[in-house]
Amino acid sequence: MALERIWVFGEAGADGGVATITLEILAKARTMADSVEVFCGSDGEGCAATLGDHGVTAVYATGPLDGALQGVSVASAVAAAIDSGAVAAPDAFMLGTTYDGRDVAARLSVKLDVPVLSNVVDLRLDGDQIAGVEPVFGGATNVTSRFTGDGPGIWLVRPKSFEPSPTGGPPAEVKALAVPDVGAAGGAVVRDRFAEESEGPKLDEAAVVVSGGRGLGGKDAYAMIERLARALGAAPGASRAIVDAGWVPYSYQVGQTGKVVKPTVYIACGISGATQHLVGMKGSKNIIAINKDSEAPIFSIADLGIVGDVHKVLPKLIEALEAR
Amino acid sequence: MKIVVCVKQIPDPADPGSLDPDTKTLKRDVKLIIDESDSYGVEMALQLVDAAGGGSVHLVSMVPNREVSGLRTALAMGADSATLISDEALAGSDALTTAKVLARAIERAEPDLVLAATESTDGYTGVVPAQVAELLGLPSVTFAKEVAVSGGTATVRRQTEAGYDLVECPLPALVSVTAGVVEPRYPSFRGIMAAKKKPVDQLGIADLGLEPGQVGWAGGGQEIVDVAAAPARESGEIVTDEGDAHERVVAFLDELKVL
Repeated sequence: MALERIWVFGEAGADGGVATITLEILAKARTMADSVEVFCGSDGEGCAATLGDHGVTAVYATGPLDGALQGVSVASAVAAAIDSGAVAAPDAFMLGTTYDGRDVAARLSVKLDVPVLSNVVDLRLDGDQIAGVEPVFGGATNVTSRFTGDGPGIWLVRPKSFEPSPTGGPPAEVKALAVPDVGAAGGAVVRDRFAEESEGPKLDEAAVVVSGGRGLGGKDAYAMIERLARALGAAPGASRAIVDAGWVPYSYQVGQTGKVVKPTVYIACGISGATQHLVGMKGSKNIIAINKDSEAPIFSIADLGIVGDVHKVLPKLIEALEAR
Repeated sequence: MKIVVCVKQIPDPADPGSLDPDTKTLKRDVKLIIDESDSYGVEMALQLVDAAGGGSVHLVSMVPNREVSGLRTALAMGADSATLISDEALAGSDALTTAKVLARAIERAEPDLVLAATESTDGYTGVVPAQVAELLGLPSVTFAKEVAVSGGTATVRRQTEAGYDLVECPLPALVSVTAGVVEPRYPSFRGIMAAKKKPVDQLGIADLGLEPGQVGWAGGGQEIVDVAAAPARESGEIVTDEGDAHERVVAFLDELKVL
């Protein structure tokens, strides 16, 4: 038995189009409900064609937010539309585990007084109830949960859990979603936006990812990771340990806190394989690990494990690859 | 300036233990420590109070079992005082319930600024900070990688997928900080000794006007229906480097046709 209606939070990608995470969730939501609609904190016209192509019938759009934050604006708009009876509540809300997705989910859960289930990597229907799967202990254990109360539950879905799949549908119908006055809660304003240009492919889109960890020994040694990544046309990544230590920015982090990556090849250099890290990369098709400690947990999931010093192996590897 | 920092006490992530087969939640009968993610909020608060030329840093934490050792660590770093909401009824609380409890305790402190980590290391729902802000009617800036406060306004660099947004936010407000935003100080011996005498106000849920049915298992709107081992990933070939292991890596990359 399918659900009637699921609402999916629509986010913009870096290129201004619909974000991949939104398309991923749509592909799954479509298999669970007769109708899938999108709500978003932006102009709806620009994304109606893409969303329609991914099976969306209607997009409820606030229009440009002029610097107001997505979380408070979108959650307030959705709650107001439902509370006023302008729009019927859906059977479920689904959002990506992203910066704005978490904000919207959190604020919406308070406004509607419904719970949130986070970090879901799979969803299924048990009769007319949704059950979601969340990995714990670095992905070694899967916990399946569902909501028990009335009203639509809110699901936060991790990126790369599903594959986008266009249906070739007509453009989604654009409907207005009015943002009410949110008072003091709406006080934060974006004054400027900055892009941090990184060379080469994006971490969560790259076919090859090269990550460094504490085994590098120091911040300067991270240059080896960047050079190896360049030689491979790969994206450089990092373990939480070296992000915490301030060697590289937070945006480099692969793991539970950080990005989920599923490249063709993941090369872990000087990374021991804490559960925090494994949950973000164990879906990679092939894993190569280079670490001094033969007992490091990373070797238990590596397709090719090199027990050796990164300071000895990496320079030779870089040289060999650059020579080709 | 008065800053409240949300602090979670968790099992050591290096030895996270296991799920209780009956309740299907993380066993917390081990010694709890401060979540390292929260040490950044504590450090940030101490630095902001310094920069403001005065003020106080108050910690708020909740546990089911009266544990204070993680709070003592944060007090040893320099926080002034703490509120611990400790009540057996809190066991099993979901994110929204947690936010409701924390919000009531934070409200009593009347802070100018509330700091939290972006998410805990164990539960990692990532929604509690913004839920607390919504419950208190505060603006929030989450995923901060840099924070400055001046003239009643917080200026925050907020992490985005593409880079960062420069966000201005009037106080009072809530800000969640990413790991690495500052370098947490190590408690000094003097700090550790002083922490033992700092006030830790212990409250039960009744003190916050809540009843057992509103929190914990009873108050949560979700249930775990299954716990299963994930399909294991087989480990593959292990090579000990004798000076030529890089050749094996190149050959492997060749086999995968990524070169």
